Amino acid sequence: MGMTLAEKIIAAHCGRDIVRPGELVNVRVDFVMANDVTAPLAIQEFHKLGVERVFDPRRVAFIPSHFIPNKDIQSAENAKMMRTFALSQGAVYYEQGRAGVDHVLLPDHGWVLPGDVVVGADSHTCTYGALGCFATGMGSTDIACAMATGDIWMRVPPTIKFVYHGRLSRWVGGKDVILHTIGDIGVDGALYCAMEFHGDTLGELGMEGRFTMSNMAIEAGGKAGLMVPDEVTLDYVRQRAKREWRVFEPDADAEYQAVREYDVSRMEPMVSLPSSPANAVPLSKAPRVEIDQVFIGSCTNGRLADLRLAAEVMRGRKVHESVRCIVVPASTDVYLEALREGLLEVFAEAGCAVATTTCGPCLGGYMGILAEGERCVSTSNRNFPGRMGHVRSEVYLANPAVAAASAVAGRLAGPEEVLQ
Amino acid sequence: MSLRGRVHKYGPNVDTDAIIPARYLNINDPQELAKHCMEDIDPDFAARVRPGDVIVATTNFGCGSSREHAPLCIKAAGVSCVVAKSFARIFYRNAINIGLPILECDGAVDGTDAGDELEVDLESGAIRNLTKDATFQAKPYPPFMLELMRAGGLVQYTKERLAKTAK
Repeated sequence: MGMTLAEKIIAAHCGRDIVRPGELVNVRVDFVMANDVTAPLAIQEFHKLGVERVFDPRRVAFIPSHFIPNKDIQSAENAKMMRTFALSQGAVYYEQGRAGVDHVLLPDHGWVLPGDVVVGADSHTCTYGALGCFATGMGSTDIACAMATGDIWMRVPPTIKFVYHGRLSRWVGGKDVILHTIGDIGVDGALYCAMEFHGDTLGELGMEGRFTMSNMAIEAGGKAGLMVPDEVTLDYVRQRAKREWRVFEPDADAEYQAVREYDVSRMEPMVSLPSSPANAVPLSKAPRVEIDQVFIGSCTNGRLADLRLAAEVMRGRKVHESVRCIVVPASTDVYLEALREGLLEVFAEAGCAVATTTCGPCLGGYMGILAEGERCVSTSNRNFPGRMGHVRSEVYLANPAVAAASAVAGRLAGPEEVLQ
Repeated sequence: MSLRGRVHKYGPNVDTDAIIPARYLNINDPQELAKHCMEDIDPDFAARVRPGDVIVATTNFGCGSSREHAPLCIKAAGVSCVVAKSFARIFYRNAINIGLPILECDGAVDGTDAGDELEVDLESGAIRNLTKDATFQAKPYPPFMLELMRAGGLVQYTKERLAKTAK
């Protein structure tokens, strides 16, 4: 009996020929990350271990991303603590102004690579799975120990295989495919499992759409969301890799807990209604509610391809007078490229608030907080009650084209409704 | 170890934003965090909770973000144990790592109402509902988890491991 992609990578990292779901193993980690929210707790725990140095400073990263530029004194203290520790360790660190949303920055700079085991103190660490690595989120204490020892215990997860067939329509992308999938299996549909994504549909998605899909594996309870590297992946990786990498593929006779197949050729843009990512409905069935805010950004949809899509809808149009539209390029690189391409000008001309990189609005931590009763269409990943602000505010998850169209229309709307 | 307290009951998919909203994530002190525990879904929780109390929830408790602030603030609020039908994976690890006991038990969840008095024996996994005079058996911990918990959490366990390899 063969192994799934997750099993292959885990086996190679614990010195075994074969691992099976349910086994507890100790795996070597290739990369460990934390951000300004999770690093302070991790550093506190690291000091309790009685260890002086992280296991390998070029494999440990601290990324200011969530509340940057520092939103208040307490956040500034946290950022300072992280910076002091990172610099004293010689760890990978990007200062504000060069940093970005952690899960956009690290793959873009070639720190996380195919075949890796990556653990991060952030639930969306699973984003990197699109590269063909096993990447999973953990808490600060786990990460502190992994930083010290270079390994971590984990239970080998069962794998669910997802196969997508067909060509995506215009305005439909990775976000819609993953929202549809979560709507199908539920927010705990892949609990404790690895999700392995396959199918001809993925072939036509660029890396950006693939990252979007793997990013939301956690929203189905998944431990990781993996894809098999292809030429698109390798083209992306070759330009940036900071070290050697290795391509793993699942065996043809791998054993899956379940296999789910989807024909996506007739899929519409999807919208997850409040207050669960699993409340996914086709846009045509979503109520055309009036909205107060739009957020375009995040580790899910703040990449260059996302901004291009949003700008295509917004070019020459104005954000509706009763809507605030907040656009946050997800890294300094994305910001600069969007600037060069004139996308930021399109957004600013349209009346958007264009900000420098931060995770802030997605988690209702900073910038673009919602008041009671307000509604937001967001390109991010979660719409739990109170996620972006007041507990009685509402978040509608959608792709960047739908978000941009909604900003123009002043209500939930698809691109075709405003492009006419 | 036997724990005893009153039940605070919740439904499915209690996410970490509900346990501790992100607006408090610039706080690292567990006691400060505890003042805001469950604030958005149960505003009286922090005032109502007593040392030893038990949180009982249905499926996928602790889903969402990896914030360790979530189990930390539950523990600091005085909650002795969380019983659920299932836990989100990261929350499960975090709780074990920081020493917040959690148990998976369908029967205890279905057979318990808010305000009931529960007695939990962590070693055996026996959950007794004193109000309803019923006993339930939780799923046993894998041996490695028990070892982690006996060591006092992951930090202590890793510390001992590092000391052994240093010798």
